[in-house]
Amino acid sequence: MVPTSAQTPILKVNKMKKYFQQQSAYFGKTGNWLRAVDGVSFSIQAGETLGLVGESGCGKTTVGRTVIGLYQPTAGWVAYKGVNLARAKPSERLVYRRQMQMIFQDPYASLNPRMTVGDIIMEPLLIHHPGMGKNERMERVNELLNMVGLNPEHANRYPHEFSGGQRQRIGIARALAVEPELIVCDEPVSAVDVSIQAQIINMLEELQEELNLTYLIIAHDLAMVKHISDRVAVMYLGKIVELVDSEVLYHNPLHPYSRALLSAVPIADPDVERQRKRILLEGDLPSPVNPPPGCYFHTRCNRVLPICHEQEPELRELEKGHFVACHNV
Amino acid sequence: MEHLLEVKNLEVEFSTYAGMVKAVRGVSFEVDPGEVVALVGESGCGKSVTAQSILQLIPSPPGKITNGEIIFNGDNILNKNEREMQKIRGNSIGMIFQDPMTYLNPVLSIATQVTENLRLHKGMTREQAMKRAVELFHLVGIPEPEIRLKQYPHQFSGGMRQRVMIAMALACEPKLIIADEPTTALDVTVQAQILELLKELKDRFQTAVILITHDLGVVAGQADRILVMYAGQIVECGTLDAVLKKPSHPYTWGLLKSVPRLDAAKGQKLTPIWGQPPDLLQDFTSCPFMPRCDYAMGICAREMPPYFNGGKVRCWLNHPQAPKVEFKKEVS
Repeated sequence: MVPTSAQTPILKVNKMKKYFQQQSAYFGKTGNWLRAVDGVSFSIQAGETLGLVGESGCGKTTVGRTVIGLYQPTAGWVAYKGVNLARAKPSERLVYRRQMQMIFQDPYASLNPRMTVGDIIMEPLLIHHPGMGKNERMERVNELLNMVGLNPEHANRYPHEFSGGQRQRIGIARALAVEPELIVCDEPVSAVDVSIQAQIINMLEELQEELNLTYLIIAHDLAMVKHISDRVAVMYLGKIVELVDSEVLYHNPLHPYSRALLSAVPIADPDVERQRKRILLEGDLPSPVNPPPGCYFHTRCNRVLPICHEQEPELRELEKGHFVACHNV
Repeated sequence: MEHLLEVKNLEVEFSTYAGMVKAVRGVSFEVDPGEVVALVGESGCGKSVTAQSILQLIPSPPGKITNGEIIFNGDNILNKNEREMQKIRGNSIGMIFQDPMTYLNPVLSIATQVTENLRLHKGMTREQAMKRAVELFHLVGIPEPEIRLKQYPHQFSGGMRQRVMIAMALACEPKLIIADEPTTALDVTVQAQILELLKELKDRFQTAVILITHDLGVVAGQADRILVMYAGQIVECGTLDAVLKKPSHPYTWGLLKSVPRLDAAKGQKLTPIWGQPPDLLQDFTSCPFMPRCDYAMGICAREMPPYFNGGKVRCWLNHPQAPKVEFKKEVS
């Protein structure tokens, strides 16, 4: 399904910021603010998959957690189906919260070791469908376990009895329990073994088709994000630097950071590797507590203009649907 | 030419509450001077244990090398005692670990840690060693070495720490470097920097490298030869091009097809390897990959495959009488 811009997007994020106050070394807080997310805007259409990529510390996980409501944004807003969640009534908010679920990165830390798999999957049902009968709930749990390729008998076991890949399936079943429409997947396969990753990715794709889900996929693995996403947003130091269709990003990246990122991803083909030219970035990521003035990327960029030191570039639409934040394109 | 390192029929076991885990089951390979050999496989396949056995870094107990020979420079180093091993570690064989934060000592300055090797193995004085450390930092691309050497590990970023590790591994100009997932903990752009550096230094000093990784992309840009491990055995080995372009073992092919490639066309489905890696507590009487293999035949369930094609691949499909299979290009 190709989404048209005329529809109301299922999720709209507008100039969202999330700052964290830094703890001092001993007690209390310092006056320093860590700018994890520094003005991010994007929207997702129903049925679409948006990938969010960037290196560690670029704020991609914070975006996901703020979207889902685990953090309150410092500034800006998140609208789900046109409703600003921060302003919605609590009863209304609960309804929308049900429709947004999250799959976490670490399948070891995100499942309570003292609950059985059945209880873990049942928990969202108890919160969002309190009227549901016990048998009905058990039936739903069995159905969900089947859906993610596990056995209904597994409901009575504990998380430690499962492998990493199976645990990730349990996490997915829990997210699906309350029939969500939008799922935020935070590094869904990075903690899973290589040979199992494809199982999980294929399953996410099949579930999307079957249940008409919308995904926000957060990952550092560009190849995986390109594979699964319709559009990709590249983040650097709390900002989106490029937002475009995933195929276009691969063939025609415009932002110097996107280019460097793409050129750095190794490809498992000796011929391709011998011919590729790497764009090596100098230095390290600047601190998000004290970001450089002007364009945040100018300290490592190979195409700096004088203006980059002073003025922050806006995210502009250069071609239809191709947004870039760079003075030099 | 004599091999720099020769591992013969290595077997390593770990005793656990559940029983003896046979982590490495008869691994043999050799490394020539100046060569980069990649050891590839999933977690738990025994690749790190193999590498650690070379330096005898296996925690013992519970680990134990039960069989095999490791011949380095003509000596079987498995017969050496701890004191003799210390002369080899960091001197003629350097090691780079996956997570530099846990490897570097947080309470010692970087200078102390980098110069330790030099003073111990080369008998340098503090001043000589410091001079050499500054040189090494220039070499691995750490700016302002005089200031950086006085700092502590927590003041370095992940990429910089890995550069420190490389500097330490190179300090005594070893003939062999074992790099255990050197870039797994790093971001792609930093990974590219570190891999470029490793390649450059390897060419300059003609150091042999054993590169352990699960990322076939990293291997494609670095290695001369590949060893693919599964369940404690080498299931396929060969030159870079042979293994990556024309894999003869369904597992190698599965690894290549289950990871999305950046340059793949849109809409191509991934082909997963079904099931789980086997339990290493058991003895294998048949091919350990058989339960997950799409091409399994009757004999695969009955007998352990020997090495075919001159010791290159351990799969019955390479038997002269086996049906010729073309690995599926794509599964719709």
